[in-house]
Amino acid sequence: MAGIPHEHYEPKSGPEKWLHRRLPILSIAYDTLMIPTPKNLNWMWIWGIVLTVCLVLQIVTGIALVMHYSPHVDHAFASVEHIMRDVNGGWLLRYAHQNGAMLFFAAVYLHIFRGLYYGSYKEPREITWIIGILIYLAMMATAFMGYVLPWGQMSFWGATVITNLFSALPLIGEPLVEWLWGGFAVDNALLNRFFSLHYLLPFVILGLVVVHIWAFHTTGNNNPTGVEVRRDSIDIAKKDTVPFWPYFVIKDLFALAVILAIFVVIVFFMPNFLGHPDNYIEANALATPAHIVPEWYFLPFYAILRAITFDILFIDSKLGGVLAMFGAIVVMALVPWLDTSRVRSGRYRPQFKWWFWIFVFNFFVLMWCGSQPAEGLVPTISLIGTIYWFGYFLVILPLLGITEKPQPQPETIEADFDTHYPPKTSATPAE
Amino acid sequence: MFRKSITAAVIALALAPAGALAAGGAGYVEDVDFSFEGPFGTFDKYQLQRGFQVYQEVCAGCHGLKYLAFRDLGRSDGPAFPAEQIKAIAASYTIIDDESEDGERPGLPSDLFPGNDAAGAPDLTLMAKARAGFHGPSGLLVNQLFKGIGGPEYIYSLLTHYNGEEEEVGGSLLYGNDTMSGGWISMAQPLYGDDVEFAVYAADGTAAEYEGYTPPEPTMEQLSEDVAAFLMWAAEPALVERKEAGFRNLVFVIILAVLLFYTNKKLWAPIKRKEEA
Repeated sequence: MAGIPHEHYEPKSGPEKWLHRRLPILSIAYDTLMIPTPKNLNWMWIWGIVLTVCLVLQIVTGIALVMHYSPHVDHAFASVEHIMRDVNGGWLLRYAHQNGAMLFFAAVYLHIFRGLYYGSYKEPREITWIIGILIYLAMMATAFMGYVLPWGQMSFWGATVITNLFSALPLIGEPLVEWLWGGFAVDNALLNRFFSLHYLLPFVILGLVVVHIWAFHTTGNNNPTGVEVRRDSIDIAKKDTVPFWPYFVIKDLFALAVILAIFVVIVFFMPNFLGHPDNYIEANALATPAHIVPEWYFLPFYAILRAITFDILFIDSKLGGVLAMFGAIVVMALVPWLDTSRVRSGRYRPQFKWWFWIFVFNFFVLMWCGSQPAEGLVPTISLIGTIYWFGYFLVILPLLGITEKPQPQPETIEADFDTHYPPKTSATPAE
Repeated sequence: MFRKSITAAVIALALAPAGALAAGGAGYVEDVDFSFEGPFGTFDKYQLQRGFQVYQEVCAGCHGLKYLAFRDLGRSDGPAFPAEQIKAIAASYTIIDDESEDGERPGLPSDLFPGNDAAGAPDLTLMAKARAGFHGPSGLLVNQLFKGIGGPEYIYSLLTHYNGEEEEVGGSLLYGNDTMSGGWISMAQPLYGDDVEFAVYAADGTAAEYEGYTPPEPTMEQLSEDVAAFLMWAAEPALVERKEAGFRNLVFVIILAVLLFYTNKKLWAPIKRKEEA
């Protein structure tokens, strides 16, 4: 593997040599696990492990749930209650899967914010970033389709609202929506294809995750200073790094245990707190809920969708909203080329910090807007939030790189580490 | 320009609660101190038995419980009806069964309660989870952390807050209710007090008086609270089992976290120069 110089796997025993000549699988496992990792990584670098565990949790609980679920409009809702009541441990499978999706999104947002703050998207990690955005999009599609499967009121009306968005496209809109539905309304055909895709997409995500890890194992991890690991020789690289195993595996497992403690509290003591009560009512095409809202992790984008309440030239407000919602993710995907600053880490960018934290705050404001009925001040706040979202990527980041005077960065990762954990002069005998 | 936008956003956010209140919609919901709330909360089997009686003698006229099995009434962390009692309850219902001679037969403990939508009334199995009593402040749902989501409270409040007004809309009578969103409900006030004569059972099938328990006065509030508790149990029969499992899991994860904390500390100490390598 290219990247930071380190000691490679050497097959020692006979069977190892036999296998290595035919399939270098142990070599790949060794290099992946022993990758030199910047030793100054902070606690914001734990989310990758949490996300991996989430994916495995969702796939495992999902496979078990499928054994008892029935993807038919007449049986889906009842089959979920069958899981909750009659299947041994079914309530745990279902609550873990439902809240597992929420942990997945909480972790991915923290992971993305980490990347945005420390400039993890910048050269040479653009591919890692783009793959990450693709994973995020696949997660959104998977979560949305999964939410439809219990066939509750919010499932049904959420599916109706979101699939109808495609009708905003000129000319192809209406036929496209009918093609998606497999009919003229959200009904059994849609439930079946959503079920099929909800089962497929997690494995697509799994594949993308492998490529994501492959990409950043090629470039090496970013770190809180944004300064690259020195690659002159193995010995010099070792001054900046420690091997992933055992140092970061143990650290990440500790962080994971803490996160799991919080997860356990939610799953076992308040499993419905983050859900919506209306989804305990079976889908009814004749009764529209008073207030259709998506799950919390979609709320910021839902707010952006609803923020466009006016026509722009030939684009009507509905198409404008759809374009804004997808555009919000597109501009985020393009951030490696929009951010002009040559300093990678936000730690050394005094002005950037402010704009970044406003961006985070704005994210939560949009989340709140998405949860509220679109009346009163909510559309105005949503519009301001939407303008800031786009302004951050399209105006602030390009200009800031030119106008901002960055603070000095440490020469090396080792130097940064030493300021936090100074070498003990008295305890350093002549080497 | 952006600074101005931010200022506007902050001001707007500060003003938002007023807007949310004006939007209104949700009715009056009273917080009831139910025995099953909080991490240590469990169901009171006598209350569930009383609540079931209210369901069977009053609600079942129009409402069904189509996702609940009769056998669940015997759960020891639920109503804990004796086995004989459950057989008798099940047999009192008629179950549609194509394989039986007349197309129907008396219920068995393994059956689900029949659905009932004759009067267009909603099924009640999941009603306690299908309503939220508390939303605030400003729709942030923070008060649910302290009061719970408020489904059973909603049911209790709905049953106890009829205001006596009536209105005819399109040929059907609507009744004024302070909890129902919009203020009007098509269900006439179902409970007035003394609607049910409580009889409760101990696990061995004897009347519960032998366990030193006497049922409370069946006031409207008592009946409403009992049926709300029963419907919460019907919505989530595994609630107590779930919390008990939660404590076992939590203890395990916390021990794991502590062990990993010290492992990690020890592992990194030489790297961080906190001890000699």
